[in-house]
Amino acid sequence: MKTKKNVLERAMVSVQTKVQATVPAERQVQAAHMAKKAQRLAGKGKPLVLTERPIPDAADVPLAELDVSNPFLFRQGKSRDYFKRLREEAPVHYMPDSPFGPFWSITRYEDIRAVDTNAEVFSAEPVIVMGDIPLEIAMFIAMDPPRHDTQRKAVQGVVAPKNLKEMESLIRERIVEVLDSLPTDRPFDWVDRVSIEITGRMLATLLDFPYEQRRKLTYWSDAISGTTEGTGGITHQDEFFKATAELAREFIALWHDKAARREQGETGFDLVTLMQSSDETKDMISRPLEFLGNLTLLIVGGNDTTRNSMSGGVLALHQNRDQFEKLKANPDLIPNMVSEIIRWQTPLAYMRRIATRDVHFGGQFIRKGDKIIMWYASGNRDEAQFDDPDAFRIDRANARHHMSFGFGVHRCMGNRLAEMQLRILWEELLARFDQIEVIGEPTYVQSNFVRGYGRMIVQLTPKSDG
Amino acid sequence: MPTVTFVEHDGTPHTIDFVEGQSMMEAATNNAVPGIEGDCGGEAACGTCHIIITDDWISTTGTRSDRESQMIEMSPECQANSRLACQLVASKAMDGLKVRLPEFQM
Repeated sequence: MKTKKNVLERAMVSVQTKVQATVPAERQVQAAHMAKKAQRLAGKGKPLVLTERPIPDAADVPLAELDVSNPFLFRQGKSRDYFKRLREEAPVHYMPDSPFGPFWSITRYEDIRAVDTNAEVFSAEPVIVMGDIPLEIAMFIAMDPPRHDTQRKAVQGVVAPKNLKEMESLIRERIVEVLDSLPTDRPFDWVDRVSIEITGRMLATLLDFPYEQRRKLTYWSDAISGTTEGTGGITHQDEFFKATAELAREFIALWHDKAARREQGETGFDLVTLMQSSDETKDMISRPLEFLGNLTLLIVGGNDTTRNSMSGGVLALHQNRDQFEKLKANPDLIPNMVSEIIRWQTPLAYMRRIATRDVHFGGQFIRKGDKIIMWYASGNRDEAQFDDPDAFRIDRANARHHMSFGFGVHRCMGNRLAEMQLRILWEELLARFDQIEVIGEPTYVQSNFVRGYGRMIVQLTPKSDG
Repeated sequence: MPTVTFVEHDGTPHTIDFVEGQSMMEAATNNAVPGIEGDCGGEAACGTCHIIITDDWISTTGTRSDRESQMIEMSPECQANSRLACQLVASKAMDGLKVRLPEFQM
């Protein structure tokens, strides 16, 4: 019997592999889309609709009903008090009923680090956002060891410090181009002209994606990470599938184009070239969903995060003028300030885990299969770890200990690239501008995952050369 | 006081005093040794205090644990004697220890 089952299983795997290899990724995405639509027509899997309402103060809500999955929490400025209350009164908190299903919230720094470094008990599979996603694309951020390790090693070279060193002057050149084109005689949208522009250029460079089409990368990333079901964002399922299929089509074309150029002797340090030159990944194209997963991860990982830290830094310095003066007096503080910006902003609020077995944690009993949210946004404001945690201090001694990059095997692979981009941005800003003033209030992204800005109007004052 | 020497990738040595019982990461960061970051505060959770022990010292320090391996083995510079300094508790027997630093921390 055992042998028969094994034979069947092997046959199944072989068929799946064949399907993956021969059916274009774009078709596979379309098939998944059709299945979702059929479900919807059958009255199942109704799309989630979220309407913004004023959120009550943390103190006015019973502890058991404190719902931090609300995607309007950050926008309405409530996230600080909600998490403070959880840290103080229920650091391992159960929410039995939310639009994203039941979940546990871990809100203290040390507890989050303990969960994050225990991949055996707290699994990252199958997805790392709070809710369901329409199509589970295979990405290593949502895989456990050892599968995670092999896949990550295959692509991490593209953002490894060694590669970055080669790229620093190119990164600076691109940032300088963006800054030199900014108006100083009128206000403009910082998010669009600086944050999106720089991260888009960087991604296009890393992926060797057609430069003039770089805004597509931003669009795909936003659409994929912003599904209502997954993160409480504004992407409808249909748009998610459209974006994913487009991304698949264009990157598979890019893969073949690069392969042809490689044969003619072209070299490069971009992701696809790296994949094509490593034994482990050179046939990645025959596993299109995996290829798609790795790409999506890099695009999403390199987009929202750095973009919102670029905007967040400007806002933090605008709100804390004394810190801006301190910075101008001592530009050597830039690297430490970069860590402080990443702590203060926490561009991704959390990562999700699933308990692989029953476990006692923080005085609570977590059952096998329960969903656990590690709130980095809260750990980064934990009074037990950071002195006066809500203050923005560019010379904070332990700013580097922030948890925005996560801890453990899933620690952000692009951390050094992110830091480098932010450092260069601030070096070049200080060389050019005396004041960076935010006009009015920025708008905030609707999401429980991405802590970001939609628009931020800024007026620059050039440095007087006297 | 006992001392330990951290040798940067370019060959620059940094000899510092250490206190028994502290971790080598703490000893290094307290003395501002460049190239040892310790972003997670000493929990083998970030991989930014990667050091490489010379062969003649490995029997004194011991080899890395599974927890350390999980982080260090993701680094392209991982070697047989790679360890995380935060997991290496300083003892008298380590007086005179010499360790090398990788070119980059993760």
